[in-house]
Amino acid sequence: MTPLVEMSDIHLAFGGIKAVDGASLDLHEGEVVGLLGHNGAGKSTLIKVLSGAYRADSGDIRVRGEPAHIHSPRDARRYGIETIYQTLALADNLDAAANIFLGRELLTAWGTLDDAAMEAATRQVMGRLNPHFRRFKEPVRALSGGQRQSVAIARAIHFDARILIMDEPTAALGPAETRQVGELVKQLKAQGIGIFLISHDIHDVFDLADRISVMKNGRLVGTARVADITKDEALGMIILGKCPPGAIPGPGAMN
Amino acid sequence: MRGLGQGSGAALRALEVDPRLVGMLGALLAIWLGFDLLSGGAFLTPRNLWNLSVQTASIAVMACGMVLVIVTRNIDLSVGAILGVTGMVIGVLQARLLPELLGLEHPATWLIAVLAAVLVGGAIGLLQGALIAWLAIPSFIVTLGGLLVWRGAAWWVTQGQTVAPMDGRFRMLGGGIEGAIGATASWILGGLACAAILAALLASRRRRLRFGFPVRPLWAEATVAILAVGAVLGTVAVANAYPLPAGIARRVIEEAGGTWVPGTFIPHGLAVPVLVAIGVGIVITVLALRTRFGRAVFAIGGNPEAAELSGINTRRTIMLVFGLMGALCGVAACIATARLNAATNAAGSLDELYVIAAAVIGGTSLAGGAGTIAGAMLGALVMQSLQSGMVLLGVDAPMQNIVVGLVLVLAVWLDTVYRGRMR
Repeated sequence: MTPLVEMSDIHLAFGGIKAVDGASLDLHEGEVVGLLGHNGAGKSTLIKVLSGAYRADSGDIRVRGEPAHIHSPRDARRYGIETIYQTLALADNLDAAANIFLGRELLTAWGTLDDAAMEAATRQVMGRLNPHFRRFKEPVRALSGGQRQSVAIARAIHFDARILIMDEPTAALGPAETRQVGELVKQLKAQGIGIFLISHDIHDVFDLADRISVMKNGRLVGTARVADITKDEALGMIILGKCPPGAIPGPGAMN
Repeated sequence: MRGLGQGSGAALRALEVDPRLVGMLGALLAIWLGFDLLSGGAFLTPRNLWNLSVQTASIAVMACGMVLVIVTRNIDLSVGAILGVTGMVIGVLQARLLPELLGLEHPATWLIAVLAAVLVGGAIGLLQGALIAWLAIPSFIVTLGGLLVWRGAAWWVTQGQTVAPMDGRFRMLGGGIEGAIGATASWILGGLACAAILAALLASRRRRLRFGFPVRPLWAEATVAILAVGAVLGTVAVANAYPLPAGIARRVIEEAGGTWVPGTFIPHGLAVPVLVAIGVGIVITVLALRTRFGRAVFAIGGNPEAAELSGINTRRTIMLVFGLMGALCGVAACIATARLNAATNAAGSLDELYVIAAAVIGGTSLAGGAGTIAGAMLGALVMQSLQSGMVLLGVDAPMQNIVVGLVLVLAVWLDTVYRGRMR
């Protein structure tokens, strides 16, 4: 089966520093791939190449087997790639509906913003994610961490995403909200959406992901099915770059 | 006391009006009543209020653009200089070039002059915006340079000579005796405005009901409607209560073929520059609140990175905001030049400070992301009221500056306290 996304041999340097050095990843429909690594391992940078925030120096991206040209976040969205950033990337002075529809607002026949239609759609999608949410008229600055997170998630899933990138989706959340995000990941996966999950938390990733890819110093250590390796082996990949027998080694694996 | 405070707070929420705007209206009212008392009733006269509105127009027009500039976390220090150079360009155009090409007082002269002002101002703004957006030079520096460059350019146009007089039709843009639309037209315009306000309120209520959203209680809806209609009709009534001076009234009647009876009352009606300013205010408000462009402007102010990641072309947006600011300087240049009936290279000096002050007094946050057009226009009116009032009381110019400066700082402090409480 053709993978949903295939990133191969991606290189990206900032000044002289090789942030991503020949990394390759793939993702299938209805699959969750966890991307692990220390701070500065290059995982966020690699994923930002896919979401259009950065442009790779070299390397190929294919979506459903076709070469994809992603030069901006707008391009990425055209391929059905949506991103939930670690910083959430919300405009704090705007309300939930304005944030969800930012950059792709609904318009009336007059070409003006259709705020009522956007609010209606927002009430619908938020009702699914966070049924207690009521503060539709307030700027998102006034919302709690969990509420802000649900606005960011609503923005990503409202537009029929086929590929979802979640960068540390639970970093700012309490245990109950973290569980909620976990449920959501399973639900989206059942709908056939492919998800890249970037996380520090190896337990989270083992619970939710089908496969993991580990990065170290900008290079891919290896990729493995979570069923084929233990958490200790995964930690060995993250810390030492040591690839266990159950994993497919990448260019960054220790010999 | 506390119960009362909470009660009025709940009422304000039901009305869905901006409490900050209510506060500004209160401050304006206090200033007006205060000056009226101190001047023995000379401030709240139709004549003084009419002149006040005309004097506010040019700053109010530019303040609309400045709100958008400041919302995107930028500043424009060059607006007064852009006004100066565009004023000189259109002055030379209609006093020297067009009379030779089309003949003196040609009916198209005023239109060509206005278009030229908007184009020249807009082009200067776009140029500065391009430097800010694409070369990433801070707007403070680009427009500080612009202040010097365009003020110098204003002198260069005629080597410092003042150009006069302006075209007759063009002069209507400056207000004055011929620049008012008369009583009947004022009432018609006021009536249309009231109808538009009521239609807009009704349409928005219907729309919300159709989607099943909560709406304002009927009493609140009625209060808003009555206040808005009352403000419009009150303004028209004041403008219509200010008569033309006897000599002019006599000429008007005799030109119309009538006979002059001493004491005949011919009202001014609304002034053209005031109508221009209100029109600009409405257009920019719609642009800010009801279009993709406006949404992008506020998103950039709230979080530039998020705006970029949402696929907004932030550079293009910022360049256009400065282009719009420049075009509005062109409109303000028309008003100022027409009012003076001359183009001078010093026109608009220090206007940048008044425009920024009007926007900031009107609640525009220098941190970006927040501000309203109506607030900025009210801010312009507050500043002009202070100045006119002090002139009326015979306060010397240096003292006027001291008071205006102190009020600016006080207003921003109050706003900071208010914002702090809102958190």
